[in-house]
Amino acid sequence: MPFNLNKLKSRLALIGLSLTLGATPALAESSLLNSSYDIARELFASYNELFKEHWQEKTGETVEINQSHGGSSRQAQAIIQGLQADVVTFNQVTDINILHKRGNLLPEDWQQRLPNASSPYYSTMAFLVRKGNPKNIQNWDDLTREEVSLVIPNPKTSGNGRYSYLAALGFAQQTWGDDQEAIDSFMKGWLGQVAVFDTGGRGATNSFVERKMGDALLTFESEIQGIIKAFPEREFEIVVPKISFLAEFPVAVVDRYAKRNGNQELAQEYLEHLYSKEAQRLLAGFNYRVYDKEVSAEFADRFPELKLLGIKEIAGNWDKAMKEHFASGGKLDQLQRR
Amino acid sequence: MSSASLIRNPFKVTGRQVLPGFALSLGISLLFISLILLLPLTGLLVQTSGMSWADYWSVITDPRVVASYRVTLLMALGASLANGIIGLLLAWVLVRYSFPGKRLIDALVDLPFALPTAVAGITLATLFASGGWYGEWLAKIGIEVAYNPIGILVAMLFTSLPFVVRNVQPVMEDLNSGDEEAALSLGATDWTVFRRVIFPSIWPALVIGIALSFIRSLGEFGAIIFIAGNMPYLSEVTSLMIYIRLQEFDYAAASAIASVILMASLSLLFLVNIWQARYLKRLKGTL
Repeated sequence: MPFNLNKLKSRLALIGLSLTLGATPALAESSLLNSSYDIARELFASYNELFKEHWQEKTGETVEINQSHGGSSRQAQAIIQGLQADVVTFNQVTDINILHKRGNLLPEDWQQRLPNASSPYYSTMAFLVRKGNPKNIQNWDDLTREEVSLVIPNPKTSGNGRYSYLAALGFAQQTWGDDQEAIDSFMKGWLGQVAVFDTGGRGATNSFVERKMGDALLTFESEIQGIIKAFPEREFEIVVPKISFLAEFPVAVVDRYAKRNGNQELAQEYLEHLYSKEAQRLLAGFNYRVYDKEVSAEFADRFPELKLLGIKEIAGNWDKAMKEHFASGGKLDQLQRR
Repeated sequence: MSSASLIRNPFKVTGRQVLPGFALSLGISLLFISLILLLPLTGLLVQTSGMSWADYWSVITDPRVVASYRVTLLMALGASLANGIIGLLLAWVLVRYSFPGKRLIDALVDLPFALPTAVAGITLATLFASGGWYGEWLAKIGIEVAYNPIGILVAMLFTSLPFVVRNVQPVMEDLNSGDEEAALSLGATDWTVFRRVIFPSIWPALVIGIALSFIRSLGEFGAIIFIAGNMPYLSEVTSLMIYIRLQEFDYAAASAIASVILMASLSLLFLVNIWQARYLKRLKGTL
């Protein structure tokens, strides 16, 4: 049989057409990619269900939401290198700033685009101690005592650790004012009591809970309440210090990619809906503090009042904090030098 | 005439080949090596090329980074030497004896390759932490393994175990038993037979195995960070220093530190290969 090129072409076209047609129903449903931090899996799995319903009510369309989770700095790197996330929901402002600086994927003033500096919920740094609080740890200055040993994620590799560092620094600034020497000696003191510097938040939780390292674990209040719920038989206790750091959980639309994917409106709504009452209630259920007055009143017994210091009061802004404290050769390196 | 043209042609094909197409198979191999190995390596060097020599030097000689070289090198050396002894013993047992469960042990040797290293790290940390199965007993005699440099050594021991066994095993299997019998019949003691007949033959494979195990340990990250405690200047490994620089979005500095590890590994491999070629030449007369 002679080889018939035209026949082959038409056959290929037919196959191609049928493939396209077969794929059409999936394309009609719009889909959104949310790149998020490591420990937010369960949180966004629940929120996505809530949002899907909301979107269907509002527009009559079904929407598919894909999640990507990982350390938030690594997530930012992936997006700069081309992962087409429509929205980011991170736990560090700096990881969204870098999307502007390195990739120009969103405008510099992204924090002004949504209420509360684009942070729909927040948390603070607290201590998890063992049953009965045997070392009587109540506040930051108890952490420098000789017999106390600590577990924190490494401030060099984890936002969680940086928050603890800044919280301690805020306490020191409030206590000793301009006396830089006293502040330095306090910071050196508590860093010296750290027994394990895990690379991430969950690793530190593991060292404290499973390996029984240390007398106190320094991490997010939300993580601590989650641990206490997860291990009711171990009877851990939470200690919320009088002063701590306002840990923001910033969200933003990645404009360049959302536009390319035709998802701008959907992405915007996805983030705005986080501020709705039902979403705020869901977030509070995941142990995050929320801004909605009514909802936070409902959960008031779970979140004791304390003095919260923001990055502005402690270090001016994030860029300055990173440069002065966490960059190599910065304050943290100097305090840890031997 | 034909022999002269053969000598001039460097791509000489000897004998009948089972796989057809020398040009094609060499081409595919080279392309693959370039894409998977050489290109990423070039990328690494390009990342560092933005730095001045002074910057490069100050990054790789930072006291904390230097401290990490020291602990990484020492622990890798300890782990690979220990693996040399244990691996040799293991290979010997697997080749020379037959016992129930031999197949199982043979398969288990490859487990460190199959297991994600992070899982290994978490498991080892659980076992060796003060409340763990081993840690509890070791604590009684005053030895702390987890959250200590020794923990790094244990993690390296685990992840690099297969190299020595898998290098020595085939050489041992190929040993000619006639040589041993001849030595014995000439009145040599068992120890002499091992030292003068068996050992010289397996020595190159053993050295290669130890070197590979050492190099593997230099770069290990996943298993170590969960058991090391990561104390600055004490139990931070070099791969963690690279990771820290990546977290700071400082790719150039990360590549600079990585290039030190890379150069150390490459030069060691190179030296061992030269040494092995010479040794084999001496052992077999000509090669």
